[in-house]
Amino acid sequence: MRHLISIEDLSRDEIVKILNLAEKFEDVARGSRTLKILEGKILANLFFEPSTRTRMSFEVAMKRLGGDVINMTAQEASSIAKGENLADTIKVVSKYCDAIVIRHPLVGAARFAAEHSEVPVINAGDGAGQHPTQTLLDLYTIRKECGRIDVKIAILGDLKYSRTVHSLIKALAMFDADMYLISPPQLSLPEELYDEISERAKVVKLEDVLEELDVIYVTRIQKERFPDEEEYRKVAGSYKITVETLKRTKSNLIILHPLPKVDEIDLAVDKTKHAKYFDQAFYGVPVRMAILVEVMKSERF
Amino acid sequence: MKDFEVKKNKRELVISKIKEGTVIDHISAGKALLVLKILGIDERTRETISLAMNVPSKKMGKKDIVKVENKFINEEELNKIALIAPNATINLIKDYEIVKKFKVKLPEVVEGIILCPNKTCISNAKREPIKSRFYISVKDGEVAAKCHYCGKVLKNIAEHLL
Repeated sequence: MRHLISIEDLSRDEIVKILNLAEKFEDVARGSRTLKILEGKILANLFFEPSTRTRMSFEVAMKRLGGDVINMTAQEASSIAKGENLADTIKVVSKYCDAIVIRHPLVGAARFAAEHSEVPVINAGDGAGQHPTQTLLDLYTIRKECGRIDVKIAILGDLKYSRTVHSLIKALAMFDADMYLISPPQLSLPEELYDEISERAKVVKLEDVLEELDVIYVTRIQKERFPDEEEYRKVAGSYKITVETLKRTKSNLIILHPLPKVDEIDLAVDKTKHAKYFDQAFYGVPVRMAILVEVMKSERF
Repeated sequence: MKDFEVKKNKRELVISKIKEGTVIDHISAGKALLVLKILGIDERTRETISLAMNVPSKKMGKKDIVKVENKFINEEELNKIALIAPNATINLIKDYEIVKKFKVKLPEVVEGIILCPNKTCISNAKREPIKSRFYISVKDGEVAAKCHYCGKVLKNIAEHLL
């Protein structure tokens, strides 16, 4: 049985295989071709934390492939939390479906869920831990827009708590990308993660590398991850990408963001050719289609 | 058996020989109580324990010694001691004689003995059937433990024993 818990569960070749498969599914994701290869299969979405894009794109991905979805939202999850533990919930739900997508506030919850599940488990974010399906769609977007993955990329914002960053940097290191890490000092990358990628990463100031960059990956400062509000207030609004920032960059630079964005990218940037974060959100559908097919091992495409 | 018969200024033995059981020697000074903790030995268990701390040692300057009477602790259990006392040696005793002697080896994985300091790690969830699980390695000459669930890496393991 195949789970997807951390991006490290995949080799470089397996990642490329998923990206290639996603490419074949793009027209299906857009609704211009019908494919029923997951007909009769049921996916359970277990979201113990709020989600819009991830939950909806998994649901769309499953339905575009002819499968069905059962949902447990954060509200229902909170009533479950009053009585039933996660292990029991997983044991029961895994009898109802063919794969589980889980998002949970505790780090390692998806790995723990996999240990109690009878069906494949896909991690859709575990606290400040990992978010491997976001990473796969980030890689897909970079390859699609830049033609390669070994780019020069600035990763900007909350590097301490951002699970999308924690997954992405490991994958980018696998593909020999050059990473520039930019964050307020309180939100720098945890030491154990930096040690893993130190050969491919440098801590810099954005203005020192702007001209070299192929990609700027911006993240939101996540208020919900801070132990107290005072700490959050110290860093809130400490960086912003504006049209002015883009004057010194390459003409084909792209800006990505896992979304939701708040005020770290000026609204005027949305209208520029550099803004690719809405396309990135769409690529979540074909990439998650490929992931679903891969974990459910359908041989019929 | 010399190590257990250290005499100071012609006074009596620091701890006496045991007839049968497990002797853990060359424990880093001050760590004897942690060794007992790792082995799960406390007032609720049945073994008779003798313990010597800060015993003069040629090799180590000072060391601790623990003797567990009438019990042969298995090697897998004993190897957990390497987490906090990497130089510890084990003597299994029968009829006052050493029948087996070996050095502890670092285990690759340990379960249920290290508490993950990451408060948001699932291994700290109260109502889940979960045991902490750590992968052990040597990093920059220090023993390091990496949490199976959240990936947190610890170096000062003695401070995080359950």
